[in-house]
Amino acid sequence: MPASVSPDHALLKLAAIGTVAGIFSGLFGVGGGTVIVPLLIFWFGYGERLATGTSLAAIVIIGLFGALAQGGFYGNVHVATGLLLSIPAVVGVVLGTAIQQRIPQRAVSYLFALLLVAIAVELILS
Amino acid sequence: MSELAAVLICFAGGMTGGLVGVGGGVLFVPALTVFIGLSQVEGESTSLLMIVVVAIVGAYRQHGYGNVRLREALIIGALSPVGVLIGVALANHLSERALQLAFAALALFMAAQLVRRARTAAPE
Repeated sequence: MPASVSPDHALLKLAAIGTVAGIFSGLFGVGGGTVIVPLLIFWFGYGERLATGTSLAAIVIIGLFGALAQGGFYGNVHVATGLLLSIPAVVGVVLGTAIQQRIPQRAVSYLFALLLVAIAVELILS
Repeated sequence: MSELAAVLICFAGGMTGGLVGVGGGVLFVPALTVFIGLSQVEGESTSLLMIVVVAIVGAYRQHGYGNVRLREALIIGALSPVGVLIGVALANHLSERALQLAFAALALFMAAQLVRRARTAAPE
């Protein structure tokens, strides 16, 4: 589905997505991807794979900013623990992206909806 | 034993990240705080490091599959600090409970929209 937005509007919408993603990151510590993926799908007509891939690339930058803003690397980040636990996480992400190429795109939407419901429940109960 | 649980949860976090395009912090933070025993701030900060590592590998793989628009990702990422500042300001002026409920409502709304859209989309 092609994006039917003019370049100016597209830029504004991308800026809005970045800002909203940042707001939720700033408020809840998580939330970058949870708003980037749905908004790329709703506003730009991205397919689920393109939306999730582009979201991951944006998260690299958002995460770097976040770590810097935390001043994290100076004390709060347990680097060795984080890197060690990144090993199973990286295995997971490689497997997850590979599986994603082999399932229908709409299944990704359903999984994402499930994740959003879980987050909503957690926020309501907390 | 709790280390094994942390490893499994982090694997699941990475898997979730790959499947639906999020960083995985939703699972990394509890793994680090509940099973490794870090404080909330340490857990969230360390989770950020893991998110960056996971997102780099995930984005690299997705790029290989042809699923990344780099220019758009750069714009979104570059503007996120503006949002972080707004978020921090909001957090100082509104009650945390109100913000949690607002985000929960937004999450449920987006979930409903995703399902509605997926149900009506033409089959592949």
